[in-house]
Amino acid sequence: MKRYERAIVVGASSGLGRAIALHLAQAGSTVVAVARRGDRLRELADSSPGRILPLVHDVTRTEEAARAFADACTMAGGLDLIVYSAGFMPTVGATEFNTEKDLRIFAVNVLGAIAWLNQAAERFQQAGHGAIVGIGSVAGDRGRRGQPAYNASKAALHAYLEALRNRLYARGVSVATFKPGPMRTEMTAHLSLRNAMDPEVAAAKILAKAHVSGEHYLSLSHRFVFAVLRNLPSSVFRRLPV
Amino acid sequence: MKLEGRLARLCGYGMTAAADAHLFQPTCEDDFRALLRLARLTSRKVLLRGAGRSYGDAAILPEAIAVGLERLNRVLSWDPTTGLLVAEAGVTIGDLWRYTLQDGWWPPVVSGTMFPTLGGAIAMNIHGKNAFRAGTIGEHLEWLDVMDSSGAVHRLTPDSAAFRAVVGGAGLTGIIVRAALRMKRVPSGDLRVYAQAVDSWDQQFEVFERFAGDADYLVSWVDCFARGKSAGRGLIHAAWYAEGSPATLRAEHQDLPDTILGLVPKSVVWRVLKLLNRRAAMRLLNATKYRLGTVIGNGKTEHQSLVAFSFLLDYVPNWRWAYLPGGFIQYQSFVPKETARWVFENQIALQQERRLESFLGVLKRHRPDPFLISHGVDGFSLALDFKVTPSNRERLWELAHEMNELVLEAGGRFYLAKDSTLRPEDLRRWLGPNLEEWRGWRRRFDPDGLLVSSLGLRTGLIEP
Ligand SMILES: Cc1cc2nc3c(=O)[nH]c(=O)nc-3n(C[C@H](O)[C@H](O)[C@H](O)COP(=O)(O)OP(=O)(O)OC[C@H]3O[C@@H](n4cnc5c(N)ncnc54)[C@H](O)[C@@H]3O)c2cc1C
Ligand SMILES: NC(=O)c1ccc[n+]([C@@H]2O[C@H](COP(=O)([O-])OP(=O)(O)OC[C@H]3O[C@@H](n4cnc5c(N)ncnc54)[C@H](OP(=O)(O)O)[C@@H]3O)[C@@H](O)[C@H]2O)c1
Repeated sequence: MKRYERAIVVGASSGLGRAIALHLAQAGSTVVAVARRGDRLRELADSSPGRILPLVHDVTRTEEAARAFADACTMAGGLDLIVYSAGFMPTVGATEFNTEKDLRIFAVNVLGAIAWLNQAAERFQQAGHGAIVGIGSVAGDRGRRGQPAYNASKAALHAYLEALRNRLYARGVSVATFKPGPMRTEMTAHLSLRNAMDPEVAAAKILAKAHVSGEHYLSLSHRFVFAVLRNLPSSVFRRLPV
Repeated sequence: MKLEGRLARLCGYGMTAAADAHLFQPTCEDDFRALLRLARLTSRKVLLRGAGRSYGDAAILPEAIAVGLERLNRVLSWDPTTGLLVAEAGVTIGDLWRYTLQDGWWPPVVSGTMFPTLGGAIAMNIHGKNAFRAGTIGEHLEWLDVMDSSGAVHRLTPDSAAFRAVVGGAGLTGIIVRAALRMKRVPSGDLRVYAQAVDSWDQQFEVFERFAGDADYLVSWVDCFARGKSAGRGLIHAAWYAEGSPATLRAEHQDLPDTILGLVPKSVVWRVLKLLNRRAAMRLLNATKYRLGTVIGNGKTEHQSLVAFSFLLDYVPNWRWAYLPGGFIQYQSFVPKETARWVFENQIALQQERRLESFLGVLKRHRPDPFLISHGVDGFSLALDFKVTPSNRERLWELAHEMNELVLEAGGRFYLAKDSTLRPEDLRRWLGPNLEEWRGWRRRFDPDGLLVSSLGLRTGLIEP
């Protein structure tokens, strides 16, 4: 893993973001951990005193993102890496169409990401260095029956990150999109997942490639399976039990 | 003009310390006041930066408002009859000699590169290869103007106590805005340079003392790989201002050629150096340099231009890139003449024991100076360059701390412009009661501690 002196992890109070923050701190980084639940963040900070610094913030309050980002940079003493891991995936009934829920998904997964990563992109563009990591999902590769807005939100995030990558390429800034499959976290606690990955394992894989621009799956089999799934015609895809 | 800042990666010259900061490049005094206000408004600290030629972390600070002085660069007045030059802080040493040499004047003290600014040179109180005769640059100032953090400008002269704190104040005792420097009258643009190979520490010190009486410049290269009876071997260069034709005072006579040995374009040399920049090759290169020195030019005198002699390192553009990716640190300690040999001998033996030899060693002679943060001693300094890699970094710092111990035990001193490894306990022992006196002046010029640098924090110059 490349060494990052100063990092921000958005969505660090649980699951994958928490694991990434811990991993970075263990490798010697100073990490600003961002999320809404302050008690969780403080607990995390106490586990790595001086290395993890909590910052309470709700990413749906996009108008506050610029200030929070600036504060986070000051707290960390600069910035070499930002990871946007905040995400929201509520349960959605098979016949449910709930606009309020769907907008909320977009607010966290997309609008919050844009608000934070625009700040980071601008800073890195000026400084001519830095790494941006966005946590997408295999769920963003196709529109499925179960989670229309969540799928769409991740697809939007992927496209946004790809555009950032192409913009910042010449400035020496890397933009990496990671597409995890199922992981055992709070987000999926209510589901009975088979073959789910531990967030610690996922975090290690992500940090090993955080500086490599491009889209990354976390396992070889996902890479193959999703290469096929992505290219299946809709008429075939809709018959699959996914 | 609107003052615009941008986020910039600021790097120490050795490339081992870097930080992002909001860089502004003011062009007038009022801009400084605006930036001091901006810093208060945004609760940021202010970092002063000249040309960034300090090796370590003296001119960096994460997230600071970095005030780059390079655009405050006018020569304000020049009197070729008296040699008094008044210039803004961002004027470089290169600008200085270009301005005055045609009239027969040269900067009284220059560093081994001509890129440093006058402000940076005063803030670190630089010395040259003539340190044993001319002392430090601070000793050649008629006055300087310094802005405190409230925006008020004070003119300080050498007889004021504050002058002793601001010269060498490492950018933490106010912004040096302009200064009046007494230039040195020279008979021509050339030096008479005598070279002599010396085969041991004994000979180094003996020949040094022989020339220290009358040479104008004196410097020696030391092979840090040599051990046993050969330990301390090297090449001494002594130089005297030479008589010569007025044509030697022209810039064309001084300018460095574009090729090395008339053949190799300068711009590619660092790549070659990079290939050689490892322990085994450097051991061989040092030995070869010494051997060649014992045959070619040994005991001979030749004429060299002031620029070629003074700024040897500027011959090879970007030579520091040879140390990529990890960069390098420079370590220079200053030791009284009675104990210098013991300290340097042990420092080099320690390096050899750890297999962390410096790739380059440079010995100079010094004299004491009156400043509060001072590296001047009646003795010698040895400057060392260490390549830094991820795997040797920790051991290298450990080695430096052990070498510090030798220096402190011998009553020696350090130099902040070159430092990367000093700890607060080392700094306290080096500066003794001067530290508190200096902090008192810092409180006077910057009561709310607006001026900060990474070096100030690391070394404890700034109280925690
Ligand atoms: C190749 C090489 C050879 C060198 N040889 C020598 C040598 O022979 N002798 C020697 O003494 N040094 C030598 N140096 C070191 C160099 O001369 C000093 O580090 C010098 O201070 C660099 O000036 P700068 O303008 O680059 O300042 P910077 O490195 O940018 O800043 C140096 C310090 O000055 C402060 N500062 C800058 N401007 C101001 C201002 N206007 N007011 C107040 N504070 C300010 C900064 O905050 C910082 O603490 C060498 C450096 C290099 C790279
Ligand atoms: N788990 C999976 O199977 C899986 C699979 C693929 C991709 N992903 C993606 O991986 C990322 C991490 O998910 P996870 O599994 O680790 O889920 P998680 O355990 O639920 O963590 C989600 C994190 O996002 C934060 N967050 C949510 N809403 C926020 C808001 N409004 N403001 C600030 N922070 C907010 C949460 O903190 P607070 O609640 O404290 O604010 C929490 O730290 C998400 O982007 C998710 O979509 C997950």
